[in-house]
Amino acid sequence: MTIIVAGEKKEVEDGLNVAKLIELEKVETPEYVTVSVNEEFIDNGAFESYILKEGDEIEFLYFMGGGER
Amino acid sequence: MRITISQTDYESILDHARKNLPEEACGLVAGQDLSDGTRAINKVYLLTNIDHTNEHFSIDPKDQLKAIKDMRANGLKPLGNWHSHPESPSRPSEEDKRLANDSNASYLILSLMDQNKPVLNAFHVETVDGEKVVRKEELIIV
Repeated sequence: MTIIVAGEKKEVEDGLNVAKLIELEKVETPEYVTVSVNEEFIDNGAFESYILKEGDEIEFLYFMGGGER
Repeated sequence: MRITISQTDYESILDHARKNLPEEACGLVAGQDLSDGTRAINKVYLLTNIDHTNEHFSIDPKDQLKAIKDMRANGLKPLGNWHSHPESPSRPSEEDKRLANDSNASYLILSLMDQNKPVLNAFHVETVDGEKVVRKEELIIV
């Protein structure tokens, strides 16, 4: 099936879940990454169970934070 | 790495940071990596610090997603983020280093410790053998 990852079309196997996609995309420090599918944010605990579908648009967003203390 | 930012974009960051005092302010930067190795910031995003404190910031993921889509629509690459330090120098704190997890990003820090002499620096942070290594980047306001 074809999905769109960070704006780029990719061919992946049917039934791929978000956790596997994170592995395939070699996402750095995935514990700090938020995933959206079709602009909906996916709970970190649901990465294994969330099955992607044809045409899904996925974004990986690094948590952006910090502070002076 | 050498990074350029326009005077206008620098002033946008400065204005946003001043308006948000005493809280930290934050946003994203986007642009291009040029063939000569220079990183050119072409657009800055002034976003909301959802922590609303003077000592911490978190960018709202919804704002971040909107900004990423805007960058893509305008042919820009995400280059990193910026935030202000209202009361401390322009260098990454331990918390900044802990949360700097994108080795491709430039992290810009604006110090307003002396409000008459704001200081903006850029840093690269990567993890080497489990330790965060910080390198100051050359930031030029053009």
